Amino acid sequence: MATTDSDQDTQSLTIVESVQDGLRSEMARDDDVIVLGEDVGQNGGVFRATDGLYEEYGEDRVVDTPLAESCIAGAAVGLAAHGMKPVPEMQFLGFSYPAFEQIINHAARLRARSCGQYSCQMVIRTPYGGGISAPEHHSESTETFFAHYPGLKVVVPSTPYDTKGLLTSAIRDPDPVVFLEPARLYRGFKDEVPEESYTVPIGDAAVRREGSDVSVFTWGSMTPPTLEAAENVEDEISVEVVELRSLSPLDTETIVESVKKTGRSAVVHEAPKSVGLGAEVTARIQEEALLYLEAPIERVTGFDVPFPLYSLEEFYLPEATRIEDGIRTVTEF
Amino acid sequence: MSTLRQPSDRVQFIDTDGMPLEDVDHPSMTDDTMLELYRDMYLARRFDRRTVKLNRTGEIGSFPPLYGHEAAQVASAHALEPEDWVIPSYRDHAALHVHGLDLGNILLYYKGIEQGNAIPDDVNVFPINGSVGSQPPHAVGLAWADSLVNDSESVYACYFGDGATSQGDVHEAMNFAGVFDTPNVFFCQNNQWAISVPFEKQTAADSLASRAQGYGFEGIQVDGMDPLAVYDVMRTAVEKAKSPADDELRPTFIEAMLYRLGAHSTADDPTKYRGDEPPEEWQEKDPIPRFRTYLIETGRLDEEEDDAIRSSVEDELADVIETVKSTEPPDPEQMFDHVYEEATPLLEDQREQLEYLRETYGDDELTDHE
Ligand SMILES: Cc1ncc(C[n+]2csc(CCOP(=O)(O)OP(=O)(O)O)c2C)c(N)n1
Ligand SMILES: [Mg+2]
Repeated sequence: MATTDSDQDTQSLTIVESVQDGLRSEMARDDDVIVLGEDVGQNGGVFRATDGLYEEYGEDRVVDTPLAESCIAGAAVGLAAHGMKPVPEMQFLGFSYPAFEQIINHAARLRARSCGQYSCQMVIRTPYGGGISAPEHHSESTETFFAHYPGLKVVVPSTPYDTKGLLTSAIRDPDPVVFLEPARLYRGFKDEVPEESYTVPIGDAAVRREGSDVSVFTWGSMTPPTLEAAENVEDEISVEVVELRSLSPLDTETIVESVKKTGRSAVVHEAPKSVGLGAEVTARIQEEALLYLEAPIERVTGFDVPFPLYSLEEFYLPEATRIEDGIRTVTEF
Repeated sequence: MSTLRQPSDRVQFIDTDGMPLEDVDHPSMTDDTMLELYRDMYLARRFDRRTVKLNRTGEIGSFPPLYGHEAAQVASAHALEPEDWVIPSYRDHAALHVHGLDLGNILLYYKGIEQGNAIPDDVNVFPINGSVGSQPPHAVGLAWADSLVNDSESVYACYFGDGATSQGDVHEAMNFAGVFDTPNVFFCQNNQWAISVPFEKQTAADSLASRAQGYGFEGIQVDGMDPLAVYDVMRTAVEKAKSPADDELRPTFIEAMLYRLGAHSTADDPTKYRGDEPPEEWQEKDPIPRFRTYLIETGRLDEEEDDAIRSSVEDELADVIETVKSTEPPDPEQMFDHVYEEATPLLEDQREQLEYLRETYGDDELTDHE
């Protein structure tokens, strides 16, 4: 994990403010970085993630596009192939599907299909996840779609510090990155975030809490309830919480090391269980550390149903109690 | 910021002051129908205002008001016959209601209760759709099936916004409609905005209706804040979709020119991107006072009748809102009910798991979060 100099100037920011700040500092550093999407200009984004950028960098670099996700992503492919570094926004993850063709068939594989002649240095930013009482389609957590596809990187921060650091890495990364922002945590809390730009490397998980009895792997919006659950059981069970941060590539080494230490593990995600990334984490553990396991790996996840309208979302989402239950199951096995 | 396009040349029967325009043939409509239009428009306005308040008090979630869309929705839906269909987006409350959907359904949907989208069998509307521009292909498929099975007995009216017209799906749907000559009306409410994005950033063209030419069928612009004009063009489109002349295709693209007088949704702050008040030239087209003036000036309505209409509207709304307020969230296990016709064994396991969690911990603890 990148470190912060203690004498560095910092500011207290929420996650959404840290997105703004990360964009602002990369735009200042590199004229090729441009932001495009629906309502990202004068409105500053429906969550205000691009607030102030339009005033600072003008309409040529902070561009309100027509309402067309496919062309937002597809034009970004062309912009990137021409040498720019576009940061297209999908207003919500659930509205990125019209862009699927462009993201999968082109952004992800332009490098491969041009034998390295072209690349797609772009960051597709989008809020994801439930817990915000939003209307239908606004609470999706379908990171698997993107993490499944070779050529894309997928990252998810859960703290303001990591948000700016990972976003900076993503913008500087020579390959296309899907940057998922946990909408539920956008304004939840503040961190001290350096004013200078800094990077948090893509591909590194973070051990958020050390423990010896069980390893719990999670990311994004599920990080706070997982930490809460770990705290709730701390008198009886010593829980290690590993926040993956990077879903593709996955930090197999940190995952495996943790499991070798504890011998038990659970994965927590809000996406539906089947074919969720919990399955991939579980597979890697059994490939590399099967003989260290003392219990089956538990998956605490959303159910295999379309995300319900918001009156039932709290029953769909794994909250701390359900995570605790999973931790107990794997510990008591 | 550049200026918005001005209302220009298009079908219109009522002038901005509410007076009948002279040198046009007025649509044949009974006085009763006109009063029904007026009542439904007023109901839509009041429903909208009251629902925004329900959001403010936390009774329902984020809600897209239809303020300014009343004439377009009410008059277009009145021009449909019972066998016709409405395929809506998310702001089309009045069109849905006029075509038979209970307002309570709409409120439940926005209260986060799935049951809102459970449409009774005898109501010919498709579920509310919030993914912009994705429903026109469904409207085409429905109409196509009708043309294959029922010889185009019904018309499938698809509602969407100006922003939606930038989506590939909307283009693809209209192209299919032309190719398969389906009984569709594409009813675009051009309210000049897609959240914060003004119409002139949506397209470099002056008109959306003119796109119809590229699909081989007819497109027409109408004053979307003039209910008589909307009714007239919609009626013509519906009749043509059912029985076109030899040289005509069935589909029509109607562009109803209007203005989103309110916020995009209760989560939106329009002062961030446009003036505090809607521009004067649009405010004065506000369909409710305009149509009221028309009805009074032409002797179809007097103050007393108007008062009676208004109080009956308030009573009707009070009932709907009471019912919705007292509707509790459904049983959480309902989320497993309609994933497939028959729940898979895996889903049954998960349903049991949820039951176990609820019994073990209780709902409050289970759903509690920091
Ligand atoms: C596919 C998709 N992209 C983005 C959004 C977010 N969004 C909701 S409404 C809207 C603007 C739609 O504008 P328009 O089609 O003109 O309809 P209006 O809201 O003005 O009635 C946007 C961008 C969405 N719901 N679906
Ligand atoms: Mg619009």
